[in-house]
Amino acid sequence: METVNLTINGLKVSAPAGSTILEAAHAAGIRIPTLCYLKEINEIGACRMCVVEVKGARNLVAACVHPVSEGMEVYTNTPKLISSRKKTLQLLLSNHDKKCLSCVRSGNCELQQLCREYGVDDENYFAGESNHYELDDSAAHMIRDNNKCILCRRCVAVCEKVQGVGVIGTNNRGFATFIGSAFDMGLGETSCVSCGQCIAVCPTGALYEKDYTDKIIEAIADPEKYVVVQTAPSVRAALGEEFGYPMGTDVEGKMVAALRRIGFDRVFDTDWAADLTIMEEAHELLERVQNGGKLPLITSCSPGWIKYCEHYFPDMTENLSSCKSPQQMFGAMVKTYFAEKQGIDPKNIVSVSVMPCTAKKFEIGRDHQNAAGVPDVDIAITTRELARLIRRCGIEFTALPDEGFDDPMGESTGAAVIFGATGGVMEAALRTAVETLTGEELANLEFTDVRGTKGIKEAEYQVAGMDIRVAVASGLGNARELLEQVKSGEKQYHFIEIMGCPGGCVNGGGQPQVSGDVRNFTDVRGIRASVLYRNDQAKVIRKSHENPAIKKLYEEYLGEPGSKKAHETLHTTYVKRTVN
Amino acid sequence: MKSLEELRVIRERMQGTVAYRSEHESLEEAVASEHGKYRTHVLVCGGTGCTSSGSQKIRERLDEEIRKNGLEEEVCVIKTGCFGLCALGPIMIVYPEGAFYSMVKEEDIPEIVEEHLAKGNVVKRLLYDETVKGEDVLPLQETNFYKKQHRVALRNCGVISPENIDEYIGTRGYEALGKVLTEMTPAEVIQVMLDSGLRGRGGAGFPTGMKWKFAAANEADQKYVCCNADEGDPGAFMDRSVLEGDPHVVLEAMAIAGYAIGASQGYIYVRAEYPIAVERLNIAIKQAREYGLLGEDIFGSGFDFDIELRLGAGAFVCGEETALMTSIEGNRGEPRPRPPFPALKGLFQKPTILNNVETLANIPQIILNGPEWFASMGTEKSKGTKVFALGGKVNNTGLVEIPMGTTLREIVEEIGGGIPKGKKFKAAQTGGPSGGCIPTENFDVPIDYDNLIAIGSMMGSGGLIVMDEDTCMVDIAKFFLEFTVDESCGKCAPCRIGTRRMLEILEKITKGQGTMEDLDRLEELAAHLKSNSLCALGQTAPNPVLSTLRYFKDEYIAHIVDKKCPAGVCKDLLQYKINADKCKGCTLCARICPNGAISGKVKEPHAINPEKCLKCGACMEKCRFGAIYKE
Amino acid sequence: MLSKKSAVPFRGTKEQEEELLKVIEELKDEKGALMPIMQRAQDIYGYLPIEVQKIISDQTGIPLEKIYGVATFYAQFNLSPKGRYQISVCLGTACYVKGSGDIYNKLMEKLGIVGGECTPDGRFSLDACRCIGACGLAPVMTINEEVYGRLKVEDIDDILAKYE
Repeated sequence: METVNLTINGLKVSAPAGSTILEAAHAAGIRIPTLCYLKEINEIGACRMCVVEVKGARNLVAACVHPVSEGMEVYTNTPKLISSRKKTLQLLLSNHDKKCLSCVRSGNCELQQLCREYGVDDENYFAGESNHYELDDSAAHMIRDNNKCILCRRCVAVCEKVQGVGVIGTNNRGFATFIGSAFDMGLGETSCVSCGQCIAVCPTGALYEKDYTDKIIEAIADPEKYVVVQTAPSVRAALGEEFGYPMGTDVEGKMVAALRRIGFDRVFDTDWAADLTIMEEAHELLERVQNGGKLPLITSCSPGWIKYCEHYFPDMTENLSSCKSPQQMFGAMVKTYFAEKQGIDPKNIVSVSVMPCTAKKFEIGRDHQNAAGVPDVDIAITTRELARLIRRCGIEFTALPDEGFDDPMGESTGAAVIFGATGGVMEAALRTAVETLTGEELANLEFTDVRGTKGIKEAEYQVAGMDIRVAVASGLGNARELLEQVKSGEKQYHFIEIMGCPGGCVNGGGQPQVSGDVRNFTDVRGIRASVLYRNDQAKVIRKSHENPAIKKLYEEYLGEPGSKKAHETLHTTYVKRTVN
Repeated sequence: MKSLEELRVIRERMQGTVAYRSEHESLEEAVASEHGKYRTHVLVCGGTGCTSSGSQKIRERLDEEIRKNGLEEEVCVIKTGCFGLCALGPIMIVYPEGAFYSMVKEEDIPEIVEEHLAKGNVVKRLLYDETVKGEDVLPLQETNFYKKQHRVALRNCGVISPENIDEYIGTRGYEALGKVLTEMTPAEVIQVMLDSGLRGRGGAGFPTGMKWKFAAANEADQKYVCCNADEGDPGAFMDRSVLEGDPHVVLEAMAIAGYAIGASQGYIYVRAEYPIAVERLNIAIKQAREYGLLGEDIFGSGFDFDIELRLGAGAFVCGEETALMTSIEGNRGEPRPRPPFPALKGLFQKPTILNNVETLANIPQIILNGPEWFASMGTEKSKGTKVFALGGKVNNTGLVEIPMGTTLREIVEEIGGGIPKGKKFKAAQTGGPSGGCIPTENFDVPIDYDNLIAIGSMMGSGGLIVMDEDTCMVDIAKFFLEFTVDESCGKCAPCRIGTRRMLEILEKITKGQGTMEDLDRLEELAAHLKSNSLCALGQTAPNPVLSTLRYFKDEYIAHIVDKKCPAGVCKDLLQYKINADKCKGCTLCARICPNGAISGKVKEPHAINPEKCLKCGACMEKCRFGAIYKE
Repeated sequence: MLSKKSAVPFRGTKEQEEELLKVIEELKDEKGALMPIMQRAQDIYGYLPIEVQKIISDQTGIPLEKIYGVATFYAQFNLSPKGRYQISVCLGTACYVKGSGDIYNKLMEKLGIVGGECTPDGRFSLDACRCIGACGLAPVMTINEEVYGRLKVEDIDDILAKYE
């Protein structure tokens, strides 16, 4: 690759031609602050935090988009720049709701962090008129507080460019500019799919999930209630980041210990239900393939994807697997199977889920998600809320021992834990479907073609004399691309896995926020996914159909996969929605 | 499709007709010259200025009277573009005499037709007074307004019918395009542009040839030529006048540019507020396509070029090049960071050049007359001429084109005819919201790009507003800031918030609530916006403040320290008072006052209670004795 | 947040919709066609209510929010129709102290709209304006070209009755 030579703060640096000053500086160990920049997603040069001096340039230049050139002399921390950044921050603060003490992002706010770094000593330095907006709490999963918005537009870019949804955008102009939806509709009125990717990238407290931690504390304190919690595979792969562990640390054991100390009556694992999902979904796939059912079959684990399909591909809802998501299957089994076993009235069970996902908050309120006549899941919280709950309950997370999940719904296989990474559901399903079809044990369990963080992956397998064509997409923009090809007949598959968030659940909208300057230079999805694959590899049982707890469930309660009882409790229906 | 030969035939047929309307040594020579079908040509301005003062009615009445007098075969009426002297509109000029009728009223038409057009007796009473010297009728070119002007970009404005392509061809129109396509390589065309020294007339003054060279050097399957006709500075209308008066010159120049850089598609981005310009451009594009001067294989050269019109929708920032392109792409017209420069990644991510209307209007003549001809005009670093829209407190408001290097004094005092009502001259503002105020002490500086920047202003697109002693410089700075606050796109924080904060400080000062620290804060913000804003709008928004602070700081201080507005403009710093000697005690003011601030007995001098006075001025306006004054 | 959907019921006709669909069909494959389509749509309907923007969105596949973002960026796009009679109340200081605020409130109450909107029958639209230089007549409002001065709240009914 062609390289160019330049100096940054007098230091000789070479960088690949075409890279930006920001990238060259990063490679040289120099951090240039950013607020709006998201690599390949939001390269708009708007926040002006990354301004640097380039010798010979008329004005300061935005390092995030300015390419390096041969012989360039760059300065990143001159007094002029430091004062420029400080003033820009002070200007932002002059139109910012500075309620930092009560802000959900206090402590991990990118704006706050920069104010500290640049020595902003007077937040009212440029005080003047400011805008006031009402909170938008119309959506099931989140709140938009434009009083804290700095108009970096990361949320807009993610919604439109990555997810292809585009229900939020920039409205009005000048000082009156704000981020919102068409005709100032509440997000809940739009075809927002609740994926929460906007929250994940927001640098400030303008976007946040609806917080239900206090509801959990109340439920636990209520002696009438039996409070059961389940945790999704990806939570253990990222929760540690909230407590200072390096990205990619598996904190499953400490998480379980923490939940137990918070006071949950049972600490279970969504992975158990993931194995159950595979049983039902693999059965559905084989049935559709063998009996000429609607193909391709598309997975239904991701509620953001489901809502997207209902809005944007309503003619494809019949392709969706009728299986509930693992969260909902789990909830259904807690309030039927488990309740019966324990002799508890399902009305007295509070079923809590901890998810890497904000769309799960929407999913729990969907129709046909109440196997026992009461909601399968009562409260869905995100990984971030769990971290808050742990802190609120005074638990010293780092000091905790590793503990294991409770029985019987805590037992799971390697196939289940990889659900959190894109391609994981596909791989888990293949492990079971192939063995079911061939009746033979797989020599190699690892379907590497469907692994990795690529947006769209395809593979073809010869199974028992059949060609099985599969595809995997993560991120709704990629899903759209793939589905357009399917719809046009350009591509044909038997089975498609779609996850709403790019990279799958590990990068879900409910996961710990990663600041822009880390995100831009880190493979967040890959690192978090590696936790799950390591976890899989370490398991003795790595195929869902071999999970003894699941086998027992079928024996004791459901009968066969796809049975009438299974259908009543574990399957659901979809609706067709419009685009708004 | 017309060939070069056919074009030559049209040119030869038309050139006499067009030349008939220009300067001649004597009336005899004029009469004797070739005039086409009609012996008398009546040119009526159909520019926006004259249209709004009723030139449409004048034209209709002319047609009617000419018919009545049976002169249809001898006299033609031509709707032209702007003559420049908008203050005197509606304007018409009659050839061969070159009689210049100004402020024409409909009821004067019968007399002009019967006396002048029918009998040949010029109606001197109705002529522009500067063109009447005793018995003689002077050509327009000898009036103060036109004497010092040199028309290059505007050469056809007010001379040809903008809706008739043949008239344009008669002025050697499309000859330059023919020459370029048949005799020159793209590189040679670019070299001519470089040698001419032409710099962009839209504001920043970037050398046009360089822009073309960069775009030509970038390989791409598609490139674009854009014309910036989104003239948005308050008070500027140069580009509108060119588009209304000579639309074909823009099309021809764009095609030349397309050939030079290797583009086959052009876009003209024009303000929707310019309906006449839009209509004439549409006509011109249609005619040029019919003649094959736009479209495929122009002059059989194998070169394809077509032009599409795009209308703005009311956003000043779209005059900025990247914002303009973003807007053509169908988005909010927000600027994007440069690099990548448009020459590499412009419209639809393809190499693009953007030239302003006035820049383009120079190009065909540079090709025809050679770069040396163009470079012989102007100053060392600024070649050619510049069009200014002269406005404000000056007698001859209108459009002027002067060689670079002319002084402000010449423009204001000679061409502009000085300040009305004998008031004292204070400053001239150039460059609109991006420019600055130039005080009288700099009036003898020759105008060019670099000199204007050195004295704290800029060329801008060419608005030139004259201010007299009654203008408050703080108020002017506030006016421009209000404009930029309204027009800021909101994308980058320094401009979005910073302009607002600057305006708030100016408002404070004009209300008498300012402090000396506010001046420091203002300068601090100004410097910050200049170096940190994303685009030129934000980077130049502080200029009106900085230039007034530089030259008129005493006025700011008067507002802050003395709580006085020396020009008597800022309401909150004024006091309305009643001169007891003049007041007759008629009680009218007391009755008119909306807030009951005036009291007094009948037939006794009244007084204004400053606590209650709203400074609306209603009393002063109504007082029949001139007893109320403000200070 | 207050939705900006117009209070005026949408009165688009079949013919208008057909015309719009024709325009979209004609333009939609052109590069950057959104603004020209919106300009033509506004020519057809006089403004760009949600119903019209929805049609554009459905036909072009451009998200509704993006269209709305463009519509609110440029000054020339209207989200609300203008009434046949445009009422403008001066809220300049002189008028304000003489009670133009009361006049304005009364008009909003009478017409059942807020400033910037149009009555559902399309008759009146209401706006506040800055000083129009008629302070001697304060408080002042204009209806189209007509100026009404020295207004009292109780005059409003009679004045509005003149505009049917």
